[in-house]
Amino acid sequence: MSASRARAEWVGFATIVIREFNRIIRIWGQTVVPPAVTATLYFVIFGSLIGRRVGSVGGYDYMQFIAPGLIMMTVITNSYGNVVSSFFGAKFGKHLEELLVSPLPNWLILCGYIAGGILRGVLVGALVTVVASIFTRLPVQHPLAIVSAVLMTSVVFSLGGFVNALFAKNFDHISWFPTFVLTPLTYLGGVFYSVSMLPHWALVASHANPILYMVSAFRFGFLGTSDVNLGLAYGIMAGAVVVMFTLALSLLNRGAGIRD
Amino acid sequence: MHALVLKNLTKTYKNGIQALKGIDLTVEEGDFFALLGPNGAGKTTAIGIITSLVNKSGGTVEVFGHDMDRELETAKSCIGIVPQEINFNLFETVHTIVVNQAGFYGIPRPLARQRAEMYLKQLQLWDRRNSIARSLSGGMKRRLMIARALMHQPRLLILDEPTAGVDIEIRRSMWEFLRKINEEGTTIILTTHYLEEAENLCRNVAIIEGGRIIERDSMANVLRKLQTETFVFNLSEARTAPPALPGFKAQMTDEHSLEVEVSKGQSLNDIFTHLSAEGIAVSSMRNKVNRLEELFMRLVDGSARAAPAAAGAPRGAATP
Repeated sequence: MSASRARAEWVGFATIVIREFNRIIRIWGQTVVPPAVTATLYFVIFGSLIGRRVGSVGGYDYMQFIAPGLIMMTVITNSYGNVVSSFFGAKFGKHLEELLVSPLPNWLILCGYIAGGILRGVLVGALVTVVASIFTRLPVQHPLAIVSAVLMTSVVFSLGGFVNALFAKNFDHISWFPTFVLTPLTYLGGVFYSVSMLPHWALVASHANPILYMVSAFRFGFLGTSDVNLGLAYGIMAGAVVVMFTLALSLLNRGAGIRD
Repeated sequence: MHALVLKNLTKTYKNGIQALKGIDLTVEEGDFFALLGPNGAGKTTAIGIITSLVNKSGGTVEVFGHDMDRELETAKSCIGIVPQEINFNLFETVHTIVVNQAGFYGIPRPLARQRAEMYLKQLQLWDRRNSIARSLSGGMKRRLMIARALMHQPRLLILDEPTAGVDIEIRRSMWEFLRKINEEGTTIILTTHYLEEAENLCRNVAIIEGGRIIERDSMANVLRKLQTETFVFNLSEARTAPPALPGFKAQMTDEHSLEVEVSKGQSLNDIFTHLSAEGIAVSSMRNKVNRLEELFMRLVDGSARAAPAAAGAPRGAATP
């Protein structure tokens, strides 16, 4: 690839990212504030009120235990939500055509939307971390694990949102997956409890849930303890990134849901 | 050099509708080219394929020598598109829309801002640069799509019904603008339902009907093929029966309007001579319909009539 081509593609990528960032900021009442309010309620109800009766989990008080899970839950839902709503909105409003007629290669368009998903996931995740630190002291044991787990998870769910948006034909279609699949998997992925507290069958079933590995790796970064094998967790996250990226790109190349 | 070459372009949609049945078309660099056809003829599908918004079923597309199957990105960078339907983000500002579009074509922000100022001023949108796009009038939205399409200074500009729903004053100012950028070297392909617009602006024309090109020639040659024209004479005094006009087919459409069909080779002077001889004063005269419109209707009607007869057999384009 020539240097001028690479420069042009970088400008194109940066334009998508800037546009996504501006969108997040422009509709801050839908993107930034609600997750912070929801997280605050979780901390007040589950952490402060109910948590006092729960006692400690894995050697940490309940508030400290759920904080990483709540942050990760926010990252997952916001990364997914940003891409699915932005891409489907562009498809529905037809301004996706601005990108489709441009010379930007499909992989770069995909990377632009992933970057937008990461931006919102990390931005809102950071905000919830600030809220969490108001309620409890959050130790940081392995910063690299925190950063790597949050980035890989954000990429996976940004890609998930992208695939959902490709297939969605109306606004109902972009809410079904988050409501009926993503939210249950997140709630059952060890956000509010350690899977070691579950009966054997539920423990085994939980290990089929990829979100458990993401939450556990992220929690390890803060607390230094994990419900799952870390090597397996990173393997699953890396595998999910590769599988989802390949799937999303091949669908985009085929024009699934966007080209007649 | 050829700006655009379509070879045996076909498109069959999933529902089985065959929108394009093997189109061959060449547009020269620098041309102002009209692609005409009734609704559903296949114009927008053809444009969709050229701009890669629609997947083709077969055939090839070359833009300035770049095959879209092998050099997609390079081919796309040569094209600017003004679509039929509004397709920008209605919640973004005018300035953001055009600057972002330049970015998608790899144009750095400082240069994009300069071009945005230039094109928004030329299209009388500069004062509205900070307005949210949805607050613009219909004509402004159309002009915004033209400004956006020009931001990367494409060599080929495709306009799909650019003046639909635009008042005559703005339409004429848009014509002037399009003439100017064509004179500066931009090849333009225009689809329009205002045939007066095509006749005024375009040097060459193709007429598409039922997914096939049924006519492809220079505008002058196409208009020369018009065998008859209908003129309307407004008579100063009312009458019920048409005057005797030997050799002409005439009828009164109301008591002041005389319609006369004039074939190629016949002279309008003869009509005036007969009318003067009968003491009939004419206050004004006009073509019944635009000349291209008349030809268009005849070609399309002829094609529609020919279709059942040729059903089941491949139908060659009527291109001379």
